[in-house]
Amino acid sequence: MTDTISEHADETLTQGEALVQLRDVGKRYGAIRALKGINLTVRAGEVTCVLGDNGAGKSTLIKIISGLHPHNEGTLTVDGQEVHFSSPREALDHGIATVYQDLAVVGLMEVWRNFFLGSELTASGIPLSGLKVKEMKRIADEELRKMGIVVKNIDQPIGELSGGQRQCVAIARAVYFGARVLILDEPTAALGVKQSGVVLKYTAAARDAGLGVVFITHNPHHAYLVGDHFVILKLGEAVLDKKRSEVDLDELTRQMAGGDELTELSHELKR
Amino acid sequence: MSQTSEKQRSTETPSEASNRVQVGLLGRALARPEIGALVAAIVIGIFFLVVAPPFRSAESLATVLYQSATIGIVAVAVGMLMIGGEFDLSAGVMVASAGLFASMFSYQYNLNLWIGALLSLVFALAIGFLNGYLVMKTGIASFLITLGTFFILQGANLGVTKLVTGSVSTPNINQMNGYASLEKIFSSTFQVGSVRVSIIVVWWFVFVAIASWVLLRTKIGNWIYAVGGNQASARAVGVPVVRVKIGLFMTVSFLAWFMGMHTLYRFNTIQAGNGVGNEFLYIIAAVVGGTLLTGGYGNAIGAAIGSFIFGMTSLCIVYAGWDPNWFRAFLGVMLLLAVLVNLYVKKLSTTRKVG
Repeated sequence: MTDTISEHADETLTQGEALVQLRDVGKRYGAIRALKGINLTVRAGEVTCVLGDNGAGKSTLIKIISGLHPHNEGTLTVDGQEVHFSSPREALDHGIATVYQDLAVVGLMEVWRNFFLGSELTASGIPLSGLKVKEMKRIADEELRKMGIVVKNIDQPIGELSGGQRQCVAIARAVYFGARVLILDEPTAALGVKQSGVVLKYTAAARDAGLGVVFITHNPHHAYLVGDHFVILKLGEAVLDKKRSEVDLDELTRQMAGGDELTELSHELKR
Repeated sequence: MSQTSEKQRSTETPSEASNRVQVGLLGRALARPEIGALVAAIVIGIFFLVVAPPFRSAESLATVLYQSATIGIVAVAVGMLMIGGEFDLSAGVMVASAGLFASMFSYQYNLNLWIGALLSLVFALAIGFLNGYLVMKTGIASFLITLGTFFILQGANLGVTKLVTGSVSTPNINQMNGYASLEKIFSSTFQVGSVRVSIIVVWWFVFVAIASWVLLRTKIGNWIYAVGGNQASARAVGVPVVRVKIGLFMTVSFLAWFMGMHTLYRFNTIQAGNGVGNEFLYIIAAVVGGTLLTGGYGNAIGAAIGSFIFGMTSLCIVYAGWDPNWFRAFLGVMLLLAVLVNLYVKKLSTTRKVG
């Protein structure tokens, strides 16, 4: 199941190396401050979990790292070089791939076209030269089989696959095309228990292959299963930033559920 | 349950394709976007062969093909644009604008017609670019932006023509330099057996073939389906969404220019009010051909068949001796039927079969 990942993972990655570093990063949309003073390090071979309620700033954070929206405060460094992404293409060129919960794939397109979308194999570099259709179908089918996703027909629209399978295709695609940092945006939010398990195994496999993984979720249980480092966001600021050894599941759950506010609330609602 | 068993199987035989479901010929045919239109074209064809005797000749077929091509050429580009998730309502009047520009520019400055034709191409591409640029930069629906250009061009066509020539049509250009060569390219005819066929039919086939190749066999085609199917996903995997969409708008304006040149060299003059309403015919041709109104689905052959249905009915109603005023009503019925058939067929072909 981990064949694809270990085969295609970048061999120059060394465990614990800092791949992406955010220092005092903030983001304003006009007068609204979506994110403030975030410090985060994504290390090779580690899963960094970013937790937070709706509106906490998780999406803004990944949009900055994945190049959808540039940050306007602080510094973002990739492999020790300061960068300022203006498009997802630039982030991809730095080896940062993002798998989004709801927009991972184009539903009406065939599985193999989705697998190669944005990185198609063509017969030559001339514009409008033909795609190597047979080869693309073969590679997509093989890579998916290696990770235990057996599609009935590689020509079927990807929208017909289950949600978990679609997430896995998107992850496999990112790794196959040489991602060094993998950002997973709520990969388990819309999935059932069994399918979440498949995605989590996948996340762990990517970590073991030496990739730096950023795992965004609002489920502390899922985070604790794979995480090495935990950051909890609240109203655009980090309220908790701890290694696995410094925090236990209870604390994560309590913080996520509202922490001290919850204690207060339970006082008020006492009956 | 099935997931675990599938996984076990795949670890045992990782690259064997034995469990691949073979989709039958019928299933594969049903999954194609143009199938509904093809069936409709055959049914309508047989119907008119029965009720309209003059239709049963090679000559009529050539005329029908010509009529189809006049819509079909721009419809191919409009179909591609719709697959890419956008509309262009200015395509109809742009045909007239391109012709007017080329004709009047050459005539007023007494230049070789080639110069007018080339400048007109630049002008058309600029409008296409502007359409695309405005849609992408403002985020306003292309329906509204191009509705704006539609009215601007419609007004300017009449206004400028009146200002320059003093009437609502352009002067005859058939005595000017470059006429012969341009006429040969855009509006000559050739003999096939006993029938004269317009070169525009050949051009139509060529453009359909190119569009088909681009859509199904190239990187750009993959990107067109992706930006229409799910723009955010496409952008996230590095597809240059803005460039793809602006390119599509410019393709529409290129073929609108081409059609404008044909109109000009066929009649040697252009009426300033030409083309209004044709934008809907292009859209109907594409939709009848299986293009999804919301983008991401369809193909070039479908748009061609849609145009053929248009050409066939518009002429056969006359051949059958009916009042041609009914034509538009028929077109509306066709559109509704096409949408229903497409919906039904798509449901059939995308339903997961047990197995």
